Amino acid sequence: MVGRYTVAQMTARLNRVILLFLILLGANDPALAIETSQEFPVPPPPFSEGMFPCSDCHASMEVNPKRRELKEAHEDIVLHHGETMRWCLDCHYAKNRDQLRLYNGELIGYEQSYRLCGECHGNVFNDWKAGIHGKRSGYFTQGKRTYLLCAHCHNPHDPKFKPMKPEPSPHRPMDKQHAK
Amino acid sequence: MRNKKITRRELLRNLSLATLAGISFPFLSCTKEEKEDFLQKHFREMTTDEKKRLIAKWEQRYQQKYGKKFVISTQEALPNTLWGYGLDLSRCIGCRRCVYACANENNNSRQNPQLHWIRVIRLKKGTLINLENSEHYYDPKQVPEPGFMYMPVQCQHCENPPCVKVCPVHATWKEPDGLVVVDYNWCIGCRYCIAACPYKGRVFNWAEPKLPPEEVNPEVHYLGNRPRMKCAVDKCTFCIQRIREGRYPACVEACPTGTRKFGNLLDPKSEIRYIIENKRVLRLKEDLNTEPKFYYFFEA
Amino acid sequence: MEPLRDTLKETWRFFRETVVLVLKGSRAYYAWCLFLIAIIFVGLFFYLRQHEFGLITTNMNDQVSWGLYIANFTYLVGMAAAAVLLVVPAYVYQFKPIKEIVILGELFAASSIIMAILFVMVDLGRLDRFWHMIPGVGSMNFPQSLLAWDVIVLNGYLFLNLLIPVYLLVKYYYQKPPNWKFILPFILIAIPWAVGIHTVTAFLYNGLAARPFWNASILAPRFLASALCSGPAIMIIIFQVIRKVSDIEIEDRALFKIAEIMAYAMFLNLFLLTAEMFKEYYSNTYHIASFKYLYEGLHGHDQLVPLIWIGTAMNVVAFFLFLVPATRHRMSTLNLGCILIIMGVWIEKGPGFVIPGFVPDPLGEIYEYVPNALEFMVAFGIWATGFLIFTLLLKVAIPIITGKFRYSKFEKGTTPSFH
Repeated sequence: MVGRYTVAQMTARLNRVILLFLILLGANDPALAIETSQEFPVPPPPFSEGMFPCSDCHASMEVNPKRRELKEAHEDIVLHHGETMRWCLDCHYAKNRDQLRLYNGELIGYEQSYRLCGECHGNVFNDWKAGIHGKRSGYFTQGKRTYLLCAHCHNPHDPKFKPMKPEPSPHRPMDKQHAK
Repeated sequence: MRNKKITRRELLRNLSLATLAGISFPFLSCTKEEKEDFLQKHFREMTTDEKKRLIAKWEQRYQQKYGKKFVISTQEALPNTLWGYGLDLSRCIGCRRCVYACANENNNSRQNPQLHWIRVIRLKKGTLINLENSEHYYDPKQVPEPGFMYMPVQCQHCENPPCVKVCPVHATWKEPDGLVVVDYNWCIGCRYCIAACPYKGRVFNWAEPKLPPEEVNPEVHYLGNRPRMKCAVDKCTFCIQRIREGRYPACVEACPTGTRKFGNLLDPKSEIRYIIENKRVLRLKEDLNTEPKFYYFFEA
Repeated sequence: MEPLRDTLKETWRFFRETVVLVLKGSRAYYAWCLFLIAIIFVGLFFYLRQHEFGLITTNMNDQVSWGLYIANFTYLVGMAAAAVLLVVPAYVYQFKPIKEIVILGELFAASSIIMAILFVMVDLGRLDRFWHMIPGVGSMNFPQSLLAWDVIVLNGYLFLNLLIPVYLLVKYYYQKPPNWKFILPFILIAIPWAVGIHTVTAFLYNGLAARPFWNASILAPRFLASALCSGPAIMIIIFQVIRKVSDIEIEDRALFKIAEIMAYAMFLNLFLLTAEMFKEYYSNTYHIASFKYLYEGLHGHDQLVPLIWIGTAMNVVAFFLFLVPATRHRMSTLNLGCILIIMGVWIEKGPGFVIPGFVPDPLGEIYEYVPNALEFMVAFGIWATGFLIFTLLLKVAIPIITGKFRYSKFEKGTTPSFH
């Protein structure tokens, strides 16, 4: 007898701990992470032409973690999204540009980028998961509902929608003679 | 005197024969098609066979007129369904993409008269209830304009529809899935329903609709977007031809900012139920007790 | 079988003779009829154009979807209901000078109702689908739709106002006493029926929660009050014309009594208008918009303002002309008052009632509606039709009443005995 417990109780407790450890280990398994994204069937991320996989260029490049304005490449990307508080490598994983970095250090692929956006935009993330945020198209019945990634509508570097030209106003009632 | 009397009698006879001929002329000069149209029954009173023949006749007519193969659905209401609509007022930017997507999907008359089933009104921020200060014909270079909010209005598909109450011939009614529809061939064009609608959801085909054949959408529903005829009332049907197949209405798909939401109010897992349960929803003119199924809401 | 065959023979003979009577007349009569027929043809031509191209040929649109036609319809239903004003004193109060002219009043009510029905028919987008409204054959939404009620009560009133005079006239033509047990119930039921037609027409507007200008309980009493002024006004003028062109004796006393009752009706009308104005201006909610549009102008739109103030002024002046016995008993001021009331109530009940209901529209838009030439021509055509029908009816009725037109077996010149 060890302390106030029997051997059987201790074994049971140990088994539970081991199981819990394995589960926690498994939760960080990338294989399981992909399963989560299948809950939200999304189309492929909207990469710019020829950009992905990023490691094609970056695998052989030296990592420069210093915050700066990019001049040699990606100079077309102007960050307009909390740019006073962070820069590129706060979201993009420095050591592997094919992945994004969550707050807790977890690495995810671009097809799960909604998890990164959802870390700050929690309310919208909850709405999106319920299916009520963003453009809806296709079928709304449970079996066939589709989702879009945040990046499909919002440019992650400059997400605010720009004003657009409205469609023409309806004909004024007096104008019907002129609207031939 | 005698001659005068005969002349008057002859005059009388000739006049009455001429009048009789004049009155019967329209009936005799009618084509078989026009006679059939004249006697067409109310859609709800037709048997399945009559409906089949009716659909075949109209498909052929539309094909002749527009040159495209039409498919007219008569899909009935799905069981356990009550359609509801959600509109996020914090996101509408007044771009009117929904208005024109609707007109294209639903074969609306393009001009003289220009029929829009959706009307986007611009309100100064802070005045939602008094629609008197609305602007319907805003035409800036860019939207949204600062200081304004935009509110699209269309048929609200009320549960207590005043238009259904006042129609003298039952040409408009509420389907089992909550849609308020019109039998265009039964409507007599009295426009009482237009006077009765508190939301300006209904519009009237003041003339034969002008629809360019190349823009016609041939996938139609008999009670929905099939090309109409002059002097019949029409209105938003929540895209009955799409939703009964499980697809979103055209306006929902067209909206670029994700303002519009749609779903089945009786399905607890639907998007619209989530909105009603979690967002601050409101309906227009609720004091009129029309119980609209069009829920406006705000983001937070 | 014999009596039925005789009745049919008699009816046919009567009908034949009346047609002959109608085609014979003085030069003035021909001129008047031809003038009306010309207007009718012009109206018909324009109506055919509207029927061909649709209602887009009018100035109505989605914002103001009822216009001149329905305005005239509302006014004419009121005119027709006013026949009750003559029937009530005649039969309930046994006021002899009016009893002799009851038939003429009922014939006028019949013509008025025909005009009202014609106005609804030209306003319908699809007149060819009119049969959809016939109960049994079509699919009439009774009792929910007030328009269905209106169709029933208007046709019923037309039937009553044709049955009663025609029955009495045919009896007088054959010098037979009318069977009062048969006809009196119809006459008595015509009184509440007349109140009914105008109440149903008022309820048509009253029931629409979407239009705050109309959604007021005061509508039905106001309609009745204004009807009781305008109908008898036109009757007074018509009676003077009839007095001149025929042998019918209509005492001045009858006309003055009618005018006196009209004064009280106009007082009620003005009082109800004041009540409405108080409610709108004192409570001062957003629902005042339509009222403001009518009496003051709304956001710079003030098309109807001069019209309604002229109409109201006419009503007030006419009220005093009828109230004061001195002006009431002088034919010139009496006639002036009648003309003022006819026009004033038309303005108040026609455009001054139908159009503000649509301004502003439920989404706040303002469209200022003015009828175009086509609508005016069709409207004139219908008014001309009504007057022509009334003229032809009188052409037969008056000789019968004066005794000139009798079945040939009997001597001419014997006046019938009225009950």
